[in-house]
Amino acid sequence: MLHDFDLDVRAGELLGLLGPSGSGKTTLLRIIAGLDFPDRGRVLFGGDDATGLPVQKRAVGFVFQHYALFKHMSVADNIAYGLNARKRADRPDKAEIKRRVGDLLDLIKLSGFADRYPSQLSGGQRQRVALARALAVEPRVLLLDEPFGALDAQVRKDLRRWLREIHDRTGQTTIFVTHDQDEALELSDRVAVLDRGRLEQVGTPDEVQDNPASATVLRFLGDAVEVEAIAESGQVRVDGRPVPGVVSPAGLIGPLKLYVRPWQFQLTEPSAAHLRGTVRASHRSQGRQRIEVERGEGRPLLVEDFDGERYAAGHPVGLRIVGGYVFA
Amino acid sequence: MSETAATTFAALPAKPDAPRSAVTEGRAVRWTLIAVAIVFLALFLVVPLATVFVQALSKGWETYLATFREPDALSAVRLTLIVAAIAVPFNLVFGIAASWAIAKFEFPGKSLLVTLIDLPFSVSPVVSGLIYVLVFSAQGVFGAFFVQHGIQVLFALPGIVLATIFVTFPFVARELIPLMQEQGTAEEEAALTLGASGLWAFLTVTLPNIRWGLLYSVLLCNARAMGEFGAVSVVSGHIRGLTNTIPLHVEILYNEYNFVAAFAVASLLAGLALVTLLIKSVLEWRYAGELAAGGRH
Repeated sequence: MLHDFDLDVRAGELLGLLGPSGSGKTTLLRIIAGLDFPDRGRVLFGGDDATGLPVQKRAVGFVFQHYALFKHMSVADNIAYGLNARKRADRPDKAEIKRRVGDLLDLIKLSGFADRYPSQLSGGQRQRVALARALAVEPRVLLLDEPFGALDAQVRKDLRRWLREIHDRTGQTTIFVTHDQDEALELSDRVAVLDRGRLEQVGTPDEVQDNPASATVLRFLGDAVEVEAIAESGQVRVDGRPVPGVVSPAGLIGPLKLYVRPWQFQLTEPSAAHLRGTVRASHRSQGRQRIEVERGEGRPLLVEDFDGERYAAGHPVGLRIVGGYVFA
Repeated sequence: MSETAATTFAALPAKPDAPRSAVTEGRAVRWTLIAVAIVFLALFLVVPLATVFVQALSKGWETYLATFREPDALSAVRLTLIVAAIAVPFNLVFGIAASWAIAKFEFPGKSLLVTLIDLPFSVSPVVSGLIYVLVFSAQGVFGAFFVQHGIQVLFALPGIVLATIFVTFPFVARELIPLMQEQGTAEEEAALTLGASGLWAFLTVTLPNIRWGLLYSVLLCNARAMGEFGAVSVVSGHIRGLTNTIPLHVEILYNEYNFVAAFAVASLLAGLALVTLLIKSVLEWRYAGELAAGGRH
C-alpha cells in the first residue's frame, strides 16, 4: 500500500529505500520495475511515461533477495539470458555476447566460474551473478530488493562495499531496498525513508540523521528516548534546565517531547542533571558502554558513553542531556 | 600421529551399534515388522504378477505369440495406443495450464478448482463412465446435438477418449501444482525483467524447472490411461475389434475361458506397469529434489 507518493530519483545516484517491513518499499520497487501496477499515479523514466509499459519494455535490471538465478543454467548462460532473449535484430552475435559475459564475470570477480551452476556457488557469489545478469542488459535503472538480506553479516559487509565500488565505476542509476539502517546510511547517496506506505523523508545520509523530518524517521534510524520537556522563549527545558543545542520550533510554547539519542546523554552528579535515576545494568562493546538507567516508572533509559568509569547496579546517577530533537 | 589415531580407533568398540534414538524399536519388533511387510508384498503383489507371466507362457512361446496375431487383440492394442496418444497430451496441456494458473496466480474460485481437479480420484470410474453415458446418450444433455450431426460419441472412440481423459486428468496437475508453488514466481519475474516474453520465459525457465516432475506425471498418467477399465468399460460397448481396449479385451478372453490368451494380453499391461515402475523409481532416485515433495503416488 502506497499513498501520495512522489519520489524523484536522480540519474547516476545510488538511492536507498529504507523502511520497516510492510512500509511499502518493495512494492514501490516492483512498481518501478513493472512487476506490480499502481491503481493511480504514474511512473516516469527521464520524462517518458512508463506507467503502462510492460516489464519487458522498461529496461530495468532487477536483483531479487533470494537471487532467483536460473537453476538449470550455467553462470555464463544466466548472465547472457537477457541478451539471448532479445529479438534477432537487436541481439548481439555469439562472440559479442561471450565477450560481454566475460567482462561482467571480471567485474564480479568470478572469471573462472562461467561453467558452474548456481547450486555450486555460495550465497554471496550467487548474488554477484544475479547483479551481473541484471547489468548485462544495460538497464536504465538497476533495482535491488533487499540484495543482502539472505546473506550472513560478514558477507553482507563485503558485498556492500563492493556494490558501492561497482556503482562508482559504472555510474549506474541504482535504487535498493533495505530495512537495515546501517546499510542504507553507509551505501546510499540519498536515503528515502518510508513508513506505512508514505514517504517520510528523502535526503543524504547526513541530512536524515541531522534533521530527521519526523519522530518516525528519527526512531527508525536508531534508538531514541522520549523525554518530557517544556518549550519557552526559544529554549527547550527539562526539569527547568535548558538543553544545549536544541532550539524549540518557532511559536511553540508549552510541553513537548524531546527525543534523545543514547549518546546525547552524559553521566554527571545528580545535583547538576536534567534527569536522575539508578543504574540497572551496563555492558561494554567495542570501546563504548551502554548503561540502562532506571527512573522510577516507565522503561529504563539507554545511555551510551565512552568506556570510562564503571557503574555497579543500584548506583545513583544524574544524566545531562547535550542534544536532542523536537518536532512541531 | 598414526599411533594416536590407532589408539583412539582401538578404543572404539569393534562394531559400534547404530546410535539409539527414542523412535527406534527393539530388534525383535523391527524384524517382525519387516517380515510382515515382505510377506504381505510377496503374497499380494509379487506372486500375482509372476502368475500373469507364468500363465501367459504356460502353453509355450508359440501360443503366447499367437495371441497377438489375433486381429481382435491387435485392434485392442491399437485402440489403447490411440486413446493414450490423445488423452495423455491433452492432460499434459490441461495439467500444465491448471497448475500454472493455480501456482502462479490468485483468482476467485482457486480452491474450488483444486478440489475439482481431485474429483476423478474420489469418484468411482464406473460412475464417471455412467455420467458420460447419461450426458452423451441420445436422451442426454448433449446427446441430441451429436446425434443430429451424426457424431457417434458413446460406444466409439470419442467416448472412450473422454472417459479416459476424465479418469486421468488429476495426474499431471497434482504433481505440478505443489512443484510450481514451491518454486514460486521469482525466476519467471527475473526472466521478464530481462526482457523475455511470457512464452519465452515459460519455455526457457518454467518448463526446464518442471521437466522431471512433468515426465514423472506423464508416465503415471499414461499407465493409468492404458490400464483404465471401469469408466471405459461403461462407455465402450465392448464391440470386438472396434471398441475394445486392452483391459476390456482381457476381460472378454477371460470370460470365454481362454486363459492363456487372457493372461498373454494381460502380460502387456503387467509389462507396462513394470517399465513404468522402473522409470518412476529411477526418476525418484535421480531427481528426487526436482519432484514435488508431496506428489509421490
